[in-house]
Amino acid sequence: MNTETTLSDAAGDFPTLDRQDEEQLLPQLVAHLREHRTRLRQEWAGRIGDTRLLHAMTPQEMAAETTSVYDNYVEVLETGSVEALQRYARDLSERIIPRGVETHEVVGIVLLLRDVLARSLFEKYQRDFGLLNRVLDAYEPAANRIANTVAVSFVEERERVIRQQQDAIRELSTPVLPVRERLLILPIIGVLDRERARQLTEQLLTGIRTHRAKVVVIDITGAPAVDATVANHLVQTVDASRLMGASVIITGLSPEIAQTLVTLGVDLSKMNTIGDLQGGLEEAERLLGYTVTRQEAPAPR
Amino acid sequence: MNQDPALVSIMRQGPYLIASIHTALDDSQMVRFQHDLVDKIGRHRSRGVIIDVAALDVLDSFGSKTLRNIAEMARLRGAQTVVVGIQPDVALAMVLLGMGTVQVETALDLEEGLAYLDDAVAPRAAVDARDGRP
Repeated sequence: MNTETTLSDAAGDFPTLDRQDEEQLLPQLVAHLREHRTRLRQEWAGRIGDTRLLHAMTPQEMAAETTSVYDNYVEVLETGSVEALQRYARDLSERIIPRGVETHEVVGIVLLLRDVLARSLFEKYQRDFGLLNRVLDAYEPAANRIANTVAVSFVEERERVIRQQQDAIRELSTPVLPVRERLLILPIIGVLDRERARQLTEQLLTGIRTHRAKVVVIDITGAPAVDATVANHLVQTVDASRLMGASVIITGLSPEIAQTLVTLGVDLSKMNTIGDLQGGLEEAERLLGYTVTRQEAPAPR
Repeated sequence: MNQDPALVSIMRQGPYLIASIHTALDDSQMVRFQHDLVDKIGRHRSRGVIIDVAALDVLDSFGSKTLRNIAEMARLRGAQTVVVGIQPDVALAMVLLGMGTVQVETALDLEEGLAYLDDAVAPRAAVDARDGRP
């Protein structure tokens, strides 16, 4: 039997390893990883630092997280139960996603840990390739399953956050506000996607009917960008409003959006656009025959 | 000519005709409506036509096209047409069918339509000088 020399303190641990049952390999492997926990964890943390992953975290946080990830990792190798890891990964994701940790970083650190541990197994069993093979046969599927679980949990958590935010945006959505008799304004804040554009049209048309609006000012100062679909939807909204007897003024087209619309070749010739909301309201008042006059100079304060 | 009871009532209101569509019309009923209306414009020497579609929750492409044709024929016979009461869903559907951009005047409801015609239709000076009736 070969005697371990590379890992001085592991030499006596498994004197009869090659005769042992295959099923015993995994527990022994786990015992090995437990025993060298501090050294392997530090090596892993060092590699993470070298690759500049997780730079959003402080060294203390990193030490705490790597320790618990390591322990979880070894535990899953031992028990083969991924549920606990799933829970932990989800919990971890919840904490680190708001810090701006990316998917590639999370996958990266788990793969690094897998490599560090595999390297230590190479080192330990390098004298006996047959045994090394069998150890790796036991180790690799478990390690891959862990990497998979962590990545999937992270992405799932991320998607949950995204869904939550989408719902939040939808809730904020698009109020249709009467400002004067027969004049509505519709401020659009945030990204307009297809679903929101559809909702907006519906609300606007219903609003026109309930408020008997004649003029509608759609202000898109707060919309960062539009794409071709949304631009066309906007044009359709304007047409549909016209069919209901209301004319639409669009205000607050940002330079970027103006450029996009022209580049996309959206037909805006029938759209009444005015630079800002103030100008739009003034034009709407003119169309409705309002004149706004200040009665007297405001009292000095 | 089709002798079924009309599904559209065409009423005279001063110099205008008001046509209310009460229910969804099929193609032949639509054609009959078009015929009746254009006929009455001549008979009553109307200056304006209001087509009220508030009761419709569906208007297909043939219907939209007929409305446009009516507007055009009415114009040729000396009357302005305004379509009123288009429901939100109908408006959206018409736009999606590509009918939103056709040049038919529209207004929110009957009241608005009348106000529009009062603005758009110049009074007949010779008639008004007598008693305001044609």
